[in-house]
Amino acid sequence: MKNSLVLFFLSSFLFPQYGRISANDIMKAMDENLNAKSRIITSKMIVKGRRSSRTIESKNWVVGTDLAFTEYLSPPREAGTKMLKLGDKLWTYSPQTDRLIQISGHMLRQSVMGSDMSYNDMMEDRPIEELYYATIERSVKVDGRDHWIMVLNAKIKGLPYPKRRSWVDKEYLLPTKEELYAKSGKLLKTASLKGIKKIQGRWFPSKFVYKDELKRNSKGTEWIIDNIEFNQKIPDSRFSKALLRK
Amino acid sequence: MIWFLAKGLIRDRSRSLFPLLAIIITVTLVIFGIGFLEGVMNNFIKGEAVISSGHVKVVTRAYKKESNQLPNDLALFDTNYIIQKLQKMYPNYFWTPRITFGGLLDVPDKNGETKEQGPVFALGLDFFSEYSRQSEIWELEKCLINGQLLKKRDEALISTKLAEELGLSIGNYVTLISSTMDNAFTTYNFNVVGIFNLYKGQTDRQMMLVDISGARQALDMEAAASEILGYHHSLYYNDQEAITMRDNFNITVSDSIAKALRDEESYYALSYMTGWNKISNVKKRKLPKQRTDALSDNQMYDNAEEWSDLFVEDPAIFSPTMIALRDGSQLGTMVDFSNVALSVMAGIFLVIVMIVLWNMGLMNGLRRYGEFGLRLAIGESKGQVYRSMISEAILIGFVGTLIGTIFGISLTYYVQEFGIDYSEAINQMSSGAMIIPNVMYAKVTPDLYYIGFIPGVLATVLGTMLAGLAIYKREMSQLFKELEA
Repeated sequence: MKNSLVLFFLSSFLFPQYGRISANDIMKAMDENLNAKSRIITSKMIVKGRRSSRTIESKNWVVGTDLAFTEYLSPPREAGTKMLKLGDKLWTYSPQTDRLIQISGHMLRQSVMGSDMSYNDMMEDRPIEELYYATIERSVKVDGRDHWIMVLNAKIKGLPYPKRRSWVDKEYLLPTKEELYAKSGKLLKTASLKGIKKIQGRWFPSKFVYKDELKRNSKGTEWIIDNIEFNQKIPDSRFSKALLRK
Repeated sequence: MIWFLAKGLIRDRSRSLFPLLAIIITVTLVIFGIGFLEGVMNNFIKGEAVISSGHVKVVTRAYKKESNQLPNDLALFDTNYIIQKLQKMYPNYFWTPRITFGGLLDVPDKNGETKEQGPVFALGLDFFSEYSRQSEIWELEKCLINGQLLKKRDEALISTKLAEELGLSIGNYVTLISSTMDNAFTTYNFNVVGIFNLYKGQTDRQMMLVDISGARQALDMEAAASEILGYHHSLYYNDQEAITMRDNFNITVSDSIAKALRDEESYYALSYMTGWNKISNVKKRKLPKQRTDALSDNQMYDNAEEWSDLFVEDPAIFSPTMIALRDGSQLGTMVDFSNVALSVMAGIFLVIVMIVLWNMGLMNGLRRYGEFGLRLAIGESKGQVYRSMISEAILIGFVGTLIGTIFGISLTYYVQEFGIDYSEAINQMSSGAMIIPNVMYAKVTPDLYYIGFIPGVLATVLGTMLAGLAIYKREMSQLFKELEA
């Protein structure tokens, strides 16, 4: 009995429980909301530049972290441009040049069309639980809603953001705000997730606002999800280089 | 009298030939030395002006601050209007827009997939305008190793080093991978029609030249340019004139545009303030001014804390500002250093040459003491002997300087036209930071036509005058003693 009590106290110290939910449970719940085997997204990206704003429409097909295909729909200069990601390789095709160009892996961390989002931000879809260890820092109220502040530290090497700080809504079990850090602890980006609504039985944000904190004067980029379909069957041919030219 | 002296000089070669040769050689050296130094300095500055700085250039204030990053998102808009205005304000200069950009050049294989890829530093120059002098100032016809000059928008000239690196030849097409002025990813095909070598060390290592219309199309920069470069019509850089122009433009044009932009933006931003409509018109007029002043105090960017709810970037950062060649990194120091160095080197050279010629005049006079004694003995006055010596010195000095000037200017002109090739030595200096020409050219400047007379005539005459002073110190008794001996 004595040993059981000691074990109980120790475990509550090592694995703090917040309302009978652990950090791992929260991550699992977040993954259930955010992740899927596959996603087909039609979205708008509003890039707020220093002189003007641009809206770029695109359609994405994503399976896990390795397969992604993007087709830009507008504006006219961008329309018809396609991108294919296979693992850490990225190919792009633009109808103006009729060329298939391979872009080196580090480009995946670069800005998409001058926005505050990287190709990784846009194309990757992998369960957080597989990537990070999480701890709950504390509970706070944001805009009258209860949140946990969670700190996520990378389990594996090579992640674009080895550390994250997330404000997770206790009802939606989704982050509404995130701070994304480099290994050195430098803040790289902030992201806000807004317009959370029920889509196909899960809570999902309809608008992401990314701000690259390394860009001085950055006014941020809004990524608005117009339509999203989860777990749809996407044929393998979608992720072939041949489709880029079609 | 002059003819009498001249005949004496011609008949007695020991009195004329050696001094004349010495003056010709030294004057030739003085003229060529100074002409070569001026030419090297002028070429050095011209190289910088053509490739990077212009004699003056106009950019936005924000571009100026971040220019080392080639920030085309901060480029000038409506460049034709700005150029027209500059032409009216400064008619002695010609103005040309330019887009400077970087990226990757992708070379396709036969299936159209990437075969080679390498970094490129590209310049979009205005080749196709009616009065364009770009081909002339870049001396492209001379620099073109293979192929032809640009004729179409999607054609490109690439440097020999880049061509070798990517295995390119005339007729190949390459795809530029870069960013638009909105920082969006862009690709654009260019046909390689010419291969050039600027003969300026490592400067053109990754260089590609295209017409500005092609660059605008590739980078989505319609009617925009990174910078507008201004050159004096003579292509000769006048530092003082460039500084005056810069100050004049920045006070009369740049600051007034900046203020107008700030006022406009301030009024617009404040109009979103809660209760703006309830504020009196008098206060409405004052508030934007306060905000404009605040923006001005912050110099570049808005103070986010003070205006957090109305955060907007200072619009004045997009107003045009002028930069003189000397304002570029290290160029100011270089211009000052070259002026001082040139004066010091020319001065030292002149002094040395003057001492040599002076000494020659002195020795010549001393050697003829016996002759002077005899002339005094047969009744010539000391003054007559002294004056005839000086007249001879002037005659020899003048003729020698004239011939030396002709030789010196001819030699300088030859090196001005054909140069001296230092390719191998320069290529070993791999620094790309400085534009060092491979071929050094001299420069015939107006001062070369008279500068030789300073050592050639003045030093010879002064030397002779000094030697001749001894004539006045001579006593008759000493004279007869010398004659007996």
